[in-house]
Amino acid sequence: MWKYLKDYKKETVLGPLFKLLEAGFELAVPLVVAAIIDQGIGGEDKGLILKYCGILVALGLIGLGCSVTAQYFAARASVGFVKKLRSALWAHIQRFTYAQLDRTGIPTLVTRMTSDMNQVQTGLNLTLRLLLRSPFVVFGAMVMAFTIDGEAAVWFAVAIPALSLVVFGIMLASIPLYRKVQSGLDKVLGLTRENLTGVRVLRAFGKEEDETRAFDEKNEALTGLQKYVGRISALMNPVTYVIINLAIVMLVRTGAMRVEAGAITQGAVVALYNYMSQILVELIKMANLIINITKSVACGKRIQAVLDLPAGEEVIEGLEAGDPKWQVEFRHAGIRYSEGADESLTDVCLQVAPGETVGVIGGTGSGKSTLVSLIPRFYDVTEGQVLVGGRDVRSWEGAELRRRIGIVPQKAVLFKGSIRENLMWGREDATDAEMLAAAEAAQALDVIDAKGGLDGAIEQGGRNLSGGQRQRLTIARALVRRPDILILDDSSSALDFATDAALRKALKGYPGTVFIVSQRTSSIRHAEKIVVLDDGKVAGIGRHEELMASCPVYREIHDSQFRKEGA
Amino acid sequence: MKKAQKGTAKKVLQYLRPYRALVAASILLSAAAVAGTLYIPVLVGRAIDRIIGPGQVDLEAVGKLLTTIGIIAGATAGIQWLNNTINNRITYQVIRDVRSRAFRRLQVLPLSYLDAHPTGEIVSRVIADVDQFADGLLLGFSQLFTGAATILGTLGFMLAIRPGIAAVVVLLTPLSFVVAKFIAGHTYRFFSDQSEARGAQTAFIDEMLGNQKVVRAFGREEKSREAFDGINERLAECSLKAVFFSSLTNPCTRFVNNVVYAAVALTGALVCLGSGGAFTVGSLSALLSYANQYTKPFNEISGVVTELQNALACAERIFDLIAEPAEEPDAPDARVLKDVAGHVTIDGVAFSYVPERPLITGLSLDVPPGSRVAIVGPTGCGKTTLINLLMRFYDVQAGAIRAEGTDIRRITRRSLRGAYGMVLQDTWLRTGTIRENLTLGKPDATDEEVLAACKAAHAHSFIRRLPQGYDTVIGEDGGQLSQGQKQLLCIARIMLRLPPMLILDEATSSIDTRTEAKIQQAFTAMMEGRTTFIVAHRLSTIREADVILAMRDGRIVEQGSHEELLKKDGFYANLYNSQFAS
Repeated sequence: MWKYLKDYKKETVLGPLFKLLEAGFELAVPLVVAAIIDQGIGGEDKGLILKYCGILVALGLIGLGCSVTAQYFAARASVGFVKKLRSALWAHIQRFTYAQLDRTGIPTLVTRMTSDMNQVQTGLNLTLRLLLRSPFVVFGAMVMAFTIDGEAAVWFAVAIPALSLVVFGIMLASIPLYRKVQSGLDKVLGLTRENLTGVRVLRAFGKEEDETRAFDEKNEALTGLQKYVGRISALMNPVTYVIINLAIVMLVRTGAMRVEAGAITQGAVVALYNYMSQILVELIKMANLIINITKSVACGKRIQAVLDLPAGEEVIEGLEAGDPKWQVEFRHAGIRYSEGADESLTDVCLQVAPGETVGVIGGTGSGKSTLVSLIPRFYDVTEGQVLVGGRDVRSWEGAELRRRIGIVPQKAVLFKGSIRENLMWGREDATDAEMLAAAEAAQALDVIDAKGGLDGAIEQGGRNLSGGQRQRLTIARALVRRPDILILDDSSSALDFATDAALRKALKGYPGTVFIVSQRTSSIRHAEKIVVLDDGKVAGIGRHEELMASCPVYREIHDSQFRKEGA
Repeated sequence: MKKAQKGTAKKVLQYLRPYRALVAASILLSAAAVAGTLYIPVLVGRAIDRIIGPGQVDLEAVGKLLTTIGIIAGATAGIQWLNNTINNRITYQVIRDVRSRAFRRLQVLPLSYLDAHPTGEIVSRVIADVDQFADGLLLGFSQLFTGAATILGTLGFMLAIRPGIAAVVVLLTPLSFVVAKFIAGHTYRFFSDQSEARGAQTAFIDEMLGNQKVVRAFGREEKSREAFDGINERLAECSLKAVFFSSLTNPCTRFVNNVVYAAVALTGALVCLGSGGAFTVGSLSALLSYANQYTKPFNEISGVVTELQNALACAERIFDLIAEPAEEPDAPDARVLKDVAGHVTIDGVAFSYVPERPLITGLSLDVPPGSRVAIVGPTGCGKTTLINLLMRFYDVQAGAIRAEGTDIRRITRRSLRGAYGMVLQDTWLRTGTIRENLTLGKPDATDEEVLAACKAAHAHSFIRRLPQGYDTVIGEDGGQLSQGQKQLLCIARIMLRLPPMLILDEATSSIDTRTEAKIQQAFTAMMEGRTTFIVAHRLSTIREADVILAMRDGRIVEQGSHEELLKKDGFYANLYNSQFAS
């Protein structure tokens, strides 16, 4: 992922460089003050004092210039880098297949795209600004001290490791504890959320007091953890304070003896004292920075891991072809979603001619959705073949294959925008008349009217529509495409019986091949072929009457819905 | 401070009351720590004054001073540690109290409040807002007192050393304030641009990624990329400005500090020359170190103040939640519903969620013990609302509902709700083992009872196949279970408890009809002799009800048995027959 930083080489180098310059000027300040004391006050030279104070201001001004330049470069590099990274990751995710999406998980990807990216940006920005600066100031101060007086400066060599040990030690010790606090907080959060989502059940069972007790327990545990971590991190300031002051005591003591010996001046002691004071601030900054960088590196690694995942589907050549007279053909097709798992669909053989309507029925988890999801190659078979127009779907270019297929997913999803924009998902160049015709067939005209026409706004996730309204629009969206193959994946579940019936009537004359997945026999009884699935296996294929006679599973499903009157 | 903030601050003080001794200690200790911290530069200055040049070093005096410094530094560190610990203690305990109060309030808030507010929002109040409040509180304790004490202390020490130079510092430091404020004021706009752009991007990511499969199904990947890049570009522009301008604060205030420093050096050195030894190099060194320290708390405090305002805003949201009126408590003479036969009377009931849109009006019905009432009708006709009223999740606005002849408002909620077994359309399971979920309503159930209930609900066979059987831990809201399996668990949960009355809301909507037919037997057995209210889209499940209520727009339009209503050839017949149309 670091290749995206390439375009910002100049900024990445210049940022820290200007920061170093600034730090250099800052380090000169105690020397100037020493000169004021020794030459100005000691030499009773007002002009010199004025001149040196002018230099102090000038140093500040140059420092400001350097620092502003550095901040600009750092901001440009970090923002630009993350912009490119985000765009690249998004493009990468767009190529993910269903199986890859399932494996990675949508919430994970959202986190990678949002908070991880932000953390990387912050981390990179801080790194460019501070990573070189802080150590430079710390060690620079020590080096300067050594140039003033080697003997006194020894205390720097003692104080810096001691301080580093304390600062980093406490930070390292508290990081895992903070993680524990976070998980304690997550527990409290989980309980609160459950308490709200399950409020009806919990109150129905009269569990309020039990819930409160459970909450108190978790809350108390969290508080205990917080106090414990607090006690440890509360050590940081006092301990470093003692160390730095002891170092100052020793420094002044050695300084006093060195002055007595005539090796250094009074001003030099003041300068040494000033350098010592600078160290602590920078060390703490550095420790914070390192925590921040650790976090960012972890986030960056997670992003990298997603980027490293293979994306997209392979177009496989040389697969056995079939008879092009079948619009869709399944040849002993089977799929298992993960290695070692049971097959979700086993040995399906099915031949569908253009224009036919196929009903797919079966119990919950019998593999109905899986079966239709193989046609647009949402998932790849692990056994056998699925062919569209005589060609194995794995030899199709994915987008081209899916252009011929219109699907109405189980979950009715619409997107923020106008109704027209949503229907255009079906086909970019669809005219208004075509959209309205599709909507009419999908029984969605009244939805469009209710929202004020095709320009009517749809909120995010289609929140401003009822489940049934959304479902009818998703059907219209698929119809706008006028696909060769139309797949309705249990997509009339939110419709009442009357609307469902009207929809079925409208679809009856559809020129393409239609797959209807349903739990109700009433939705599919007039299909030319009905596939009955039971626990991933085909229990029967045929027309309604045939299956009623020959397929016990089908008869059972039908009877459970229609009993005496329906049959 | 705005008025609302004052009110909130007052409430914060109330929460602090139990810990007032600790708060007093915290204030005293920070004052002591600051005094120690500030006294050390003076001592160092005095030591430096005794190190003038070769032959002019008073080693003995310097040694004494250094010992004193060591002792004071040690004492100060001890005080600092104690102070930090106390601050942690106060903060975390106050926060614990707030969280606990908030959660207790959640237990008694009326459903009308909880239904009207998204779960995420309430959770965010109890967790994120409380956390933010904690941060603010801790920062307030650790930095506000210390910062203020440092400013006052430094000022005092500087005045004591040299009022003239102190005046220079006092006059110049506001400059750094002004600069910081100037930058903050101008970056605010960039920041709000940035968070707006970021919000837009997050919303886009959520929406698109959440439905990535649909995006792929319709081949919209390229479009999605283009749209994203547009949004991304805009975010990067806003971000660059916000990041850059906000990062100017430190260099600029540092520059002002440098100017102050130079001014102190200049005036100090000149005074040194002119005072004829009264103002020493050591004093100058002390003043210079103060000049460095004096500006720091100002910058910190301005940061703390924003943080505190943020924390107060968060606190306000929590306190608002805690101040929400609770549902009316049970009447003092409310009776405990016992020996329930299952006689329910609905008498002229009216109800609406919003006054402008009346939902249920003039609803009356007598349900004799053991009868089965089915409620059918299109979405939004008031079916679920009726359940809300029966369970007293909401109170009727006119008329009355009676159980065993007593107005349910004169019955304790707990005993009323305990008399019903409820299986809702939205299945709800909690994080925990299958067994914990099953015994939610009957914690003392034996393994045999659990097993029997699960077999009756046809849940046993799939539970058995789970990795750890009944001890399999399921994630929040059922996790890896299918919707149908979750529903079976909810049914088993009720079967275990077998309360005298049942409410089944679309209870089998996600179970395939074959399994449903099997459960139906168990249901029939369970419903035997129990008053049951069934809400269902699927008409086959309700055909055998004693009375069917066909509801439309909150009113019962038809009422009677399946055969009677079919004969009537009205609303119900129409609804029923449409399932066979093709």
